[in-house]
Amino acid sequence: MANIPGDLKYTKTHEWVRIDGDVVTTGITDFAQRELSDIVYVEINTVGRQVKRDEPMGTIEAVKAVADLYAPVSGEVIEANESLKDAPDLVNKDPYGAGWMAKLRLSNPDELKGLLDSTAYTELVRKSEHH
Amino acid sequence: MLKTTPFHGKHLAAGGRMVNFAGYDLPVMFRGIIPEHKKVRTAVGVFDVSHMGRIVVRGNGALNFINYLTTNDVSTLAVNQAQYSVMCYPHGGIVDDLVIYRLPDHYLLVVNGANNEKDTAWLRQHLSGDAQFENLTDQIAQLAVQGPKAEPTLQKICSTDLSTIGFYRAARTELAGVEMLVSRTGYTGEDGFELYFPAKYASTVWDAIFDAGREFEIEPIGLGARDTLRLEMKMALYGNDIDQTTNPIEAGLGWVVKLDKPGGFIGQDVLRRVHEEKPTRRLVCLEMLDNSIPRPRYSILSKDVEVGHVTSGTRSPSLDRGIALGYVRRDLAGTGTELEIDIRGRRAGARIVKPPFYKHGSRKQ
Repeated sequence: MANIPGDLKYTKTHEWVRIDGDVVTTGITDFAQRELSDIVYVEINTVGRQVKRDEPMGTIEAVKAVADLYAPVSGEVIEANESLKDAPDLVNKDPYGAGWMAKLRLSNPDELKGLLDSTAYTELVRKSEHH
Repeated sequence: MLKTTPFHGKHLAAGGRMVNFAGYDLPVMFRGIIPEHKKVRTAVGVFDVSHMGRIVVRGNGALNFINYLTTNDVSTLAVNQAQYSVMCYPHGGIVDDLVIYRLPDHYLLVVNGANNEKDTAWLRQHLSGDAQFENLTDQIAQLAVQGPKAEPTLQKICSTDLSTIGFYRAARTELAGVEMLVSRTGYTGEDGFELYFPAKYASTVWDAIFDAGREFEIEPIGLGARDTLRLEMKMALYGNDIDQTTNPIEAGLGWVVKLDKPGGFIGQDVLRRVHEEKPTRRLVCLEMLDNSIPRPRYSILSKDVEVGHVTSGTRSPSLDRGIALGYVRRDLAGTGTELEIDIRGRRAGARIVKPPFYKHGSRKQ
């Protein structure tokens, strides 16, 4: 079973969200990194731009497939994790810590209500796990 | 309902991440695709390939029957020799690619798992003369032990001197106390062997191989690394690079099409015409010029015109670069040609390179 920390919020597209005032840190969940397997390249091409909730804000390339990182909330992308340039496998090793992907400055705090808590996300993962 | 191979319990015990592949519950990876890939390139890994179809053909007419169904010339095979080949439809498209073994009293055809039923029906439809065939997929287990340390690993548990088995040759021998067929074949570009033995000995043989390979840090290898390893060698994958809409000549498999073999074969007339008129497109090896990663179905362009598409693509763990196989217009298929690949809306440069991508394999031929 994937690791799903209780103190984070989640999206239906398998991003996790850490809320710190009006700054939101995001990445992909343990379940998502497992599904993708070996991650070889992460590109956040939206730094300095406004993104809308559910819009692609970056690209995650794994050996087997490519996936988008979707904005969990609307806001300005203020930072990307530079250490992923040389060590994209941090996402596999530590998805909720050193493998974080981007930070946003929240533009609409109401959107936080639309995020899943760990219980709801656990249920979502259970449905997607076919074992 | 997913089928399982005789090694299913071993995969679960080793922490394999299981996926549905060709109707079987099989491991896509254990420790990670990249480390598994590198293990096979540098030492030794074990693949469960029991999902492949195994069909035995017997009878005085077996040779003529198989020779009519396949494009390569089976009559050239010595006893205990194997041959890579394809079966074609009358229009030249590919039914499947396969390995044919000539054994002392029968032939063994090893086909793709996903095509096993289709191929069996195709054989039944064309059966003629004094030939009988039997699908023994469920009774026989198949393992591939691949890498520069494959031979020293297996030699510890095998009574035959394995160095006497040449490339694409086979021997019946005892290994791990089990009588089996051992061939120097594989799908990785490395030296290695494939083992065929009764499914009931799966656990015995698996454990013996892992004991023997302990000093080389032998590991189980999943389907993910199987795909990256074969792609680095430009080995075609049915369903990606070849299928019923592609012919073996444009796929670069002209070397297995013996247009003038006696007795003819299904698809011969069309393939002769393709050979004479030259195919309109060719399967080429493309290396990305930047750090982007090509994927199947991405468009290949030249001067803003679509000239083909990617059939297989990944980031090569050995080259640390995006690589692809794809069909491109024949006039643009020369080595060194620079093209572009549409990476989800962004154009990235790629260059056609000579196969294989990875040039340091330990395979002996």
